[in-house]
Amino acid sequence: MKVSEIKTVELDVLVIGGGTGGPLAAVTAKEQNPELDVMLLEKANVKRSGAISMGMDGLNNAIIPGRATPEQYVKEITTANDGIVHQKAVLAYAERSYDMIRKLDEWGVHFQKDQTGDYDVKKVHHMGTYVLPMPEGHNVKKILYRRLRRNRVKVENRYQATRLLKDRDGKIAGAFAVNTRTSEPLLVRAKAVIMATGAAGRLGLPTSGYLYGTYENPTNVGDGHAMAYHAGADLANLECFQINPLLKDYNGPACAYVTGPLGGYTANADGERFIECDYWSGQMMLEFYRELEGGKGPVYLKVNHLAEETIQEIETVLHTNERPSRGRFHAGRGTNYREHMLEMHISEVGFCSGHSASGVWINEHGETTVSGLYAAGDMGSVPHSYMLGAFVYGQICGESAARYVNDWKDAPLDEDLVAEELERVMAPLLTEDGIPPEQMEYKVRRLVNDYLQPPKVTKKMEIGLSRILQVREDLAKLQARDAHELMRALEVHSIVDCAEMAARASLGRKESRWGLYHYSVDYPERDDSNWFCHSRLFKDADGNMCTGKRPVEPYVIPLDDDELAAYQSMRIEDTEAAE
Amino acid sequence: MPFANHKTTVPVVVDEEKCIADKGCRVCIDVCPLDVLMIDEVTGKAHMRYDECWYCMPCEKDCPTDAVTVNIPYLIS
Repeated sequence: MKVSEIKTVELDVLVIGGGTGGPLAAVTAKEQNPELDVMLLEKANVKRSGAISMGMDGLNNAIIPGRATPEQYVKEITTANDGIVHQKAVLAYAERSYDMIRKLDEWGVHFQKDQTGDYDVKKVHHMGTYVLPMPEGHNVKKILYRRLRRNRVKVENRYQATRLLKDRDGKIAGAFAVNTRTSEPLLVRAKAVIMATGAAGRLGLPTSGYLYGTYENPTNVGDGHAMAYHAGADLANLECFQINPLLKDYNGPACAYVTGPLGGYTANADGERFIECDYWSGQMMLEFYRELEGGKGPVYLKVNHLAEETIQEIETVLHTNERPSRGRFHAGRGTNYREHMLEMHISEVGFCSGHSASGVWINEHGETTVSGLYAAGDMGSVPHSYMLGAFVYGQICGESAARYVNDWKDAPLDEDLVAEELERVMAPLLTEDGIPPEQMEYKVRRLVNDYLQPPKVTKKMEIGLSRILQVREDLAKLQARDAHELMRALEVHSIVDCAEMAARASLGRKESRWGLYHYSVDYPERDDSNWFCHSRLFKDADGNMCTGKRPVEPYVIPLDDDELAAYQSMRIEDTEAAE
Repeated sequence: MPFANHKTTVPVVVDEEKCIADKGCRVCIDVCPLDVLMIDEVTGKAHMRYDECWYCMPCEKDCPTDAVTVNIPYLIS
């Protein structure tokens, strides 16, 4: 096939990823200007895609007037993220959080309300009150789908975007994509691109050994991280891995945000609490890790002390929303919430700003460092942003892109990129006697586990990097026998890119920060004098993967010393004294 | 390198008596995020072709005839 034979479409705004942030971005761009030609490209089907394909059981970061303020929230996230935040971006989220909840409420998403009709927020974070349950959150995707239809967003399902296109001025010019069922390529010319491809969730290997038994929806491979990198965008704080406390083997959230407000908690083998706060932070995960390693494990979710009525409520919420097969998992194991504590474990590592801080660098306007390229949701760099953050940044990106295309100036497409990409994408179909994608994926993800998982050791990470680079050499041997295998083969490219990024970013930051997320054995202390900065990862002009520093902008919401230290003492003192 | 035929159990089971894929239904195939359900060319019914499952359940929940059951993958169960 020649470049001139590739089917081409021309648009104003292309949105890649139709899970959470993507639909909001597309709908917002159309709301801003109904004349805009907006397309949403989705690797799966927008009806059931992304992290919330089955729904969500609550908002983890709702800032409801009267219960919390944007300023409080910014302080909470600043300290939870050990000070390394672009506060303006967190504040932009916080200030829009309530309006977004109202908008979703108007669209038909049900949030829990108290007897007076106010939003029934619960305290799970260390300092403030931000968790708003959605016991009927299984309908979120249906509601988003209706909005896409109503706003006449063009939707193309089963297309995998593989590379971003640029013009001769260096601006974004669209994306190269492949149909996952026919392997036909598609050239999308767009003035602006909003990426919402989710986390890099197939990076580490789950302890079950099942490649798809990941915490994240395994469609979320890190395609967006890889595409942004190759387009020359900055990525930030990738060494701040996502590592979550999950139900062992099942690998779904345990889920302390649901059970905590009802009296459940994380316990050690003796059934005792050992952490002050179940909110997912690196500091909390470090205590979780120490309990596991210190002979006091396994760690459990404990709800068996609760009343029957409460347990039924927990079961209903946990077995019908985010991960509804959970009830089946417990039934198969013979675990009953009434009698047993539920064994937990530490998840595989990944990149996900939704829970940590790693992602493609964006500012408070959703802008990446490449003109015309925006990122929202789990792949953007705004820390701890969860589902509501994806909605809000989808909206912010939709507004920014709609403004940007107004002043857009045409420039010729960089045709060399297209020819190069066509060759790369089609290569696995032409390879004979090659390596199946599954084997290569297993190998590189196993290397991530063996060499990059915290506690991070420089020597090990150096070996890991060199082995990952050896797998990179093997990419040319990938063989795909059909369109489905081609999708998997191209995903392996993204996984290898993300694995190399994870290694280089972790080697770059020579200190420990964010609790377990970047716990370095060689540099066990936090070093604010040298490392109070974001880390950068980017492709230089010669195509090398480089790391660097980005200063933390002066805070817009200053914190006092007590507030800054709030997440530094997660361990319950009595347990420590008893050791 | 030559390939082996690698056997694996798949977690999603389709009841062929209930499945109406042969009448044109594609619901489970459309909603699967991993795109692992396909039409069996012999029976015309849906089946799971690849063992790449997140046990997420849209296929089961959205099936109009309750023909689909999602089991927990053996390595995880």
